[in-house]
Amino acid sequence: MRFMMIVIPKGYESAAPGTVPSAEAVAKMMEYNKALQQAGVLLALDGLLPPSTGARVSFDNNGKATVTDGPFAEAKEVIGGYWIIQVRSREEAIEWAKRAPFDETGIIEVRQIQEMSDFPEDVQKAAEGFDQLNNNTR
Amino acid sequence: MSDVRKTIEAVWKMESTRLIAAIARVTRDVGIAEELAQDALITALEVWPEEGIPSNPAAWLMTAAKRRAIDSLRRGRMLMQKHEEIARELEWQQQQLSHALDHALDQVIEDDVLRLIFTACHPVLAVEGRIALTLRLIGGLTTAEIARAFLVPEKTLAQRIVRAKKTLTEAHVPFETPRGDELHRRVESVLLVAYLIFNEGYAATSGEEWMRTALCEEALRITRILTQLIPNESEVHALLALMELQASRIAARRGKNGEAILLPDQNRALWDHAQIHRGLHALAQAQKLGGGAKPYALQAAIAACHAQARTAEETDWECIVLLYDALMQIYPSPIVALNRAVAVSMAQGPAAGLEALDAATERSDDSKSKPANNSALSNYHLYPSVRGDFLMKLGRLTEAKEELQRALPLTQNQREQELLKKKLQQLETSSDKTKQDAPDSRS
Repeated sequence: MRFMMIVIPKGYESAAPGTVPSAEAVAKMMEYNKALQQAGVLLALDGLLPPSTGARVSFDNNGKATVTDGPFAEAKEVIGGYWIIQVRSREEAIEWAKRAPFDETGIIEVRQIQEMSDFPEDVQKAAEGFDQLNNNTR
Repeated sequence: MSDVRKTIEAVWKMESTRLIAAIARVTRDVGIAEELAQDALITALEVWPEEGIPSNPAAWLMTAAKRRAIDSLRRGRMLMQKHEEIARELEWQQQQLSHALDHALDQVIEDDVLRLIFTACHPVLAVEGRIALTLRLIGGLTTAEIARAFLVPEKTLAQRIVRAKKTLTEAHVPFETPRGDELHRRVESVLLVAYLIFNEGYAATSGEEWMRTALCEEALRITRILTQLIPNESEVHALLALMELQASRIAARRGKNGEAILLPDQNRALWDHAQIHRGLHALAQAQKLGGGAKPYALQAAIAACHAQARTAEETDWECIVLLYDALMQIYPSPIVALNRAVAVSMAQGPAAGLEALDAATERSDDSKSKPANNSALSNYHLYPSVRGDFLMKLGRLTEAKEELQRALPLTQNQREQELLKKKLQQLETSSDKTKQDAPDSRS
């Protein structure tokens, strides 16, 4: 089973563009990443630039889109990055999260990834359409 | 199961390999190391529910294992003699052992884990012993879990593990990483074990669904660990690629009633495209290391051709035929010959496929190099079923029917039997039609 460990750094919602972690923090993180890799559980990982360089697209009830540039005044928690790991249980995912080199300025949310086979048949059929769409746009 | 127990189980699966590897560096005996680690687990199961999970569970387990090691050393020695000199010597030994174990975990070098993998997969062991020991020592699976995965009684499996550990001790298998030519031979054995574990999960049609997936994931995890430990062995990356590419289709290869869905009929949207991406990346790594023409790399390249085709019709069968040609050169087997014939039929039509199949049968049946000619293609159960398929497409319906009927008793697999019966039914209806429409169309 796959899990996403979502990093929610405190204060990242108002971080200035160009904010980067310290070399020390990166070194610790690399050590942690290496441990995930050597345990054979790491599938993917990425860090995200601060929301101040991003945008939010919201919709009204007619589906009309409105674009708001970051930072987002109303946001209390934003995503700073993620790991995707393949582990044997929810408990194992939580154990890995507990070992992240964070202090009080970071939260990790652990969420299981939905597998396509978890979807009912009609949803799977709908996904088949997506595949054909891919072919048409090539 | 309580939450604490589940957490302990998770921690055990995460830590046991490194723990056993570290202890084995000191004891030089994998069996003893595993027993000490197991003792530590039992202590944890008693203490942790009361006191909570320690902040460094690995160090805690090591300390517990160390106490057990010293206890057993003391007990063994005390029985022999209670002489003062012995007592002093014992104290010295205890200090040495304690010191060594203290340091072992601090500096578990990844080499210890690699040594443990090589030992569990040692060619001195029967293949089934290697598989059981690997799942136990590297996978952290319980005897009960392994027994369930392989559909054997727990007692049988427990005996298998005891026997394997005993064989290692009796053969004085050193706890070390092989070097030179020996390394390649031993890597081959490790990869074989990993692939057999994968196939047990991938190909099995009986047993519990979650267990089958668990075996595939376990094999993938072990192979990923190997890519970290021996990054220069191209076939490790190639096997990882092969497994990722095959496993990417897991969700698509069973219908809702558990029936097998063959490659051309699969809903390709159900393929795990992130996994395909990882597989292609691993294959590129193997090729970069110069191992593109080795057995696992060629098989992975074939799997990659399928994975990259957005529809069954888009499959590059010409390329697949070439890859099978290369595979036949270095790794000839009935299944490769059969798959090659199928690829030829897809690339050049059923007549060419039939020709390739019949040519391969002659070759394999003529070869008298093996005493009992079990490798002959015509004895292989999928052979008549594939030949029947070709004949059906060529409109040679009576011959097709004969082949399919011959195939039926050759497989014990219920799902394959269902597929064959379905084809035979199709044949009945179409041959009835043929009789009505054109009585002599067979010629």
